[in-house]
Amino acid sequence: MKLATLTLAATLVAGVAAAADAVAPGDVEFDEYGAVATSLTGQPGDPAEGEKVMTNRGLGNCVACHQANVLEYAQFLGNVGPSLDGVADRWNEAELRGILVNAKKTYEGTVMPAYYKVDGFTRPGNAYTGKAADDSFGPLLTAQQVEDVIAFLGTLKEE
Amino acid sequence: MKFKALTAIAALMVAAPALTFADPDDDTLTINGEEMVTKAPLPAHLEDSLLPEIMSGWHFRNDDTQAMEMDDFDNPGMLAVEDAMVAWDTVEGTEGKSCASCHESAEDSMKGVRAVYPKWNEEAGEVRTLAMQINHCRTENMGAEAYKYDSGPMAAMEALIAVQSRGMPVNVAIDGPVAETWEQGKEMYYTRFGQLDLSCASCHEENYGNMIRADHLSQGQVNGFPTYRLKNARLNTVHGRFFGCIRDTRAESFAPGSPEFVALELYVASRGNGLSVEGPSVRN
Ligand code: HEC
Ligand code: HEC
Repeated sequence: MKLATLTLAATLVAGVAAAADAVAPGDVEFDEYGAVATSLTGQPGDPAEGEKVMTNRGLGNCVACHQANVLEYAQFLGNVGPSLDGVADRWNEAELRGILVNAKKTYEGTVMPAYYKVDGFTRPGNAYTGKAADDSFGPLLTAQQVEDVIAFLGTLKEE
Repeated sequence: MKFKALTAIAALMVAAPALTFADPDDDTLTINGEEMVTKAPLPAHLEDSLLPEIMSGWHFRNDDTQAMEMDDFDNPGMLAVEDAMVAWDTVEGTEGKSCASCHESAEDSMKGVRAVYPKWNEEAGEVRTLAMQINHCRTENMGAEAYKYDSGPMAAMEALIAVQSRGMPVNVAIDGPVAETWEQGKEMYYTRFGQLDLSCASCHEENYGNMIRADHLSQGQVNGFPTYRLKNARLNTVHGRFFGCIRDTRAESFAPGSPEFVALELYVASRGNGLSVEGPSVRN
């Protein structure tokens, strides 16, 4: 019992520490073109995890709108957004981070959602329930997931 | 800035040729042999939209789904119409009346009705959807209970009434006493809702013809409602669809029958002015 409580306490501390290290959604700094130079976590992203985030319906679900040849296995890739093949030749890491955190800072009026933003929405909901948002409301992706996706996008080179 | 925008545009152009597979088709819709108008010139009030013409959602479905709508024997939505024909003649409520007591045969009395709803009701001083009118008749004229706004019996009754206007052009009034409600609906159509920050126009005006995952985006027209969806195997109401589309933006949606959805329905219906009434249609 004691031991279990201690383990739990340790986990909590670790959780808090990780969150404290991450840049909070409201504190992200963009340059005038919408790029974000500073890593959100200070940790390198994991491309394999990033790939999962991109194809998983419950996470980034980027494939709802984007195609990329290496992601064809995920099936039914959308075409609302441009193909991401060669995207790392077109944008550097800071620019990709900016597009993920809040694509509207790069593309005015884009339909691409902001993945690391928590305010300024009209009638934000509680995920896909149709009900109002509650205390559990947070950004679409965690800071680490954003970094993981950036790492994966960095592998999409053609040149 | 300029440079970045150009790169992005170049990327889009490279991607473009591969995308045409998802375009709406040019097939002709006949229902029981009668030809429907499924593409029509842009109504004047849509001139500042991005649409070149208006199109029924039928063009965005695959051949098998399309075929199911072409013959009433293949259209599963017609089973609900049969149920509604029984309901039409069934006496309910304290007044000892059925729909038929006042309206006699639906074939005659309901012809053209679907095409002009939602519309202004002078006596009540309100914009009424077809569902509101059906419930008004039930509670005020029959002394019966209102149907739940987006329930099966309501969808079935709407389908029975829609069938009587099949092939007639949608012709919803947007001026005079409804003008204010119409403006409210228009504003909603272009409001970006939810955490995904998307408006109706983001999907159905800017991106119709594109694929969003496995879904082929249509113009989100309501001329085919109620729609029998293969996905949930029942008739679906307009407000049921609106609820789902707003929910899918990770938003707090609005309730079926709410004033907001009444206004939105008036506006969306008017975007289909000129298309044939198709209900009950078949979609996936
Ligand atoms: C609802 C649609 C949608 C979703 C979901 C979406 N995007 Fe996008 N994305 C777009 C559009 C549209 C553009 C092009 C910008 C524009 O013109 O508005 C774009 C642009 C981009 C670009 C720049 C592409 C280039 O070639 O220059 C990247 C990178 C990108 N998105 C990554 C992602 C990632 C990663 C995700 C998921 C975490 C994602 N997008 C989710 C619609 C979307
Ligand atoms: C995230 C994208 C998205 C948004 C935003 C959205 N919809 Fe939809 N909508 C869809 C998809 C996907 C379908 C199913 C395929 C189709 O018919 O377009 C659909 C279908 C519909 C249909 C059925 C069309 C038919 O022929 O059966 C209507 C009506 C509709 N939407 C209206 C709306 C309205 C009104 C709004 C805004 C309140 C809206 N949608 C917002 C994605 C969206």
